[in-house]
Amino acid sequence: MAFMMGSRKRAVAGGVMLLSAAACATVSDNLVPYQISGDEIRAPLAALAGDAARGRDVLMGRDGNCLLCHAVPETGARFMGNLGPPLSGVGARLSAGQLRLRIVDPGRLNAESIMPSYYRMEGLARVAGVWQGKPVLTAQQIEDTVAYLQTLR
Amino acid sequence: MPAATRLGMVPDLGRWSAALSTILLLGAAPAPETPPHHPAKSGIDYASDDVRRMQADDFANPGMLWVAQGGKRWQEPAGNSGKSCAACHGDAAKAMKGVAARYPGVDAATSELLNLEGRINRCRKDQQAAEPLAYESEDLLALTAYVAHQSRGQPLQVSVDAAARPYFARGREIYYRRQGQMNLACTHCHEQNVGRKLLADTISEGHGNAYPIYRLEWQSAGSLHRRLRACYFGVRAEMPAAGSAELLDLELYLAWRARGLPVETPGVRR
Ligand code: HEC
Ligand code: HEC
Repeated sequence: MAFMMGSRKRAVAGGVMLLSAAACATVSDNLVPYQISGDEIRAPLAALAGDAARGRDVLMGRDGNCLLCHAVPETGARFMGNLGPPLSGVGARLSAGQLRLRIVDPGRLNAESIMPSYYRMEGLARVAGVWQGKPVLTAQQIEDTVAYLQTLR
Repeated sequence: MPAATRLGMVPDLGRWSAALSTILLLGAAPAPETPPHHPAKSGIDYASDDVRRMQADDFANPGMLWVAQGGKRWQEPAGNSGKSCAACHGDAAKAMKGVAARYPGVDAATSELLNLEGRINRCRKDQQAAEPLAYESEDLLALTAYVAHQSRGQPLQVSVDAAARPYFARGREIYYRRQGQMNLACTHCHEQNVGRKLLADTISEGHGNAYPIYRLEWQSAGSLHRRLRACYFGVRAEMPAAGSAELLDLELYLAWRARGLPVETPGVRR
């Protein structure tokens, strides 16, 4: 993958060696492997525990920037986009596993999706230098975001 | 709105790309007749009332400062020739009227695609024996704004004839190509989500008919290529240089999409 050349490895990769990749799990140099079952990734990435308060920061801040496209009135943010559906009540609608897959790689469920994959590196073109070789969010940030979305009921 | 229409691909994409490959192969097929947004709506129609008022009033429009500066540069001798733009062209209000509506265009002598900035620098080199002005420099912005302003109100009517066809085809390809860490193409915002909010921005059809613009966020005038680079930056893609072949091809394709829209230079944007 050309866009990964010369990029440095990240701390996220730490978990890779510990987990033995299950059959048809997704493995990449800098990503921990995970298993998709149906429309879910049931197990937390790298068996990490998520923190909802940190997840709110990820969602609202520059790292996740989810409000670009989603309204989440619970955040009290002034500006919120509407390219995607509002996320109010999403914690009641979707399981943790469903939320996880929808953040990790929404393209798996809908190849035409405009929602970026936050934990995927292959299949991207012309990624700017500073972003090469790393997913948008770390495994920990994904788990934190899932934990926050689960509080939206 | 059903997800399929909102997020699905442009219905005609398959047919279009087939047609375009044919064009590339044959080199002589006619360009498509009807741009996707028909009739097109200018970016100013998606702007807030205060921005609209600012653009509409020449005394409130900060872009007019660049136009005024450009008027001065037009009269000034430059380079070893000691000639000004006016020395060759005379009164810009007459000589430059309608010119910007036809740019970018293919230069007959060199077969190169030139936008207004490129044409101005070509004149500096060939006619004035002067150094080219750097892209995004105050002087080039001012001259470009001044020349384009002479076409205000004229409908964009760019040529996509055989000579322009390869540039057009490349521009179109770029428009529909996903890129960057956000993995988005121009079409995902400026065709599929027009009128929706991206955080605080209302997404427009993405036309270049008002450029150079004064942008409040920049606190300055800026070129179309600067705006395009901002969109590349937003999707975390490698940014081509202002004035690069890639952005010129895209500019031609955008100008074709905007056919019929009036030149609004200098535009104002948030
Ligand atoms: C560029 C736009 C965009 C961004 C940015 C974005 N999303 Fe989405 N999101 C969408 C769209 C569009 C959908 C609808 C499903 C689809 O098309 O994949 C969606 C769907 C979802 C869903 C499923 C909602 C449901 O009710 O089924 C969740 C959960 C979600 N997004 C969370 C997030 C989180 C968390 C972030 C940030 C880390 C984020 N999104 C960033 C556009 C976006
Ligand atoms: C993630 C969304 C997104 C993507 C992808 C995107 N843009 Fe934009 N673009 C915007 C927003 C938001 C603005 C500012 C509001 C507006 O004028 O539409 C903008 C503005 C523009 C403008 C200025 C319009 C005006 O009237 O001032 C042009 C031209 C443009 N984009 C072209 C492009 C092109 C070409 C591409 C692909 C290379 C692209 N955009 C990709 C969101 C996007």
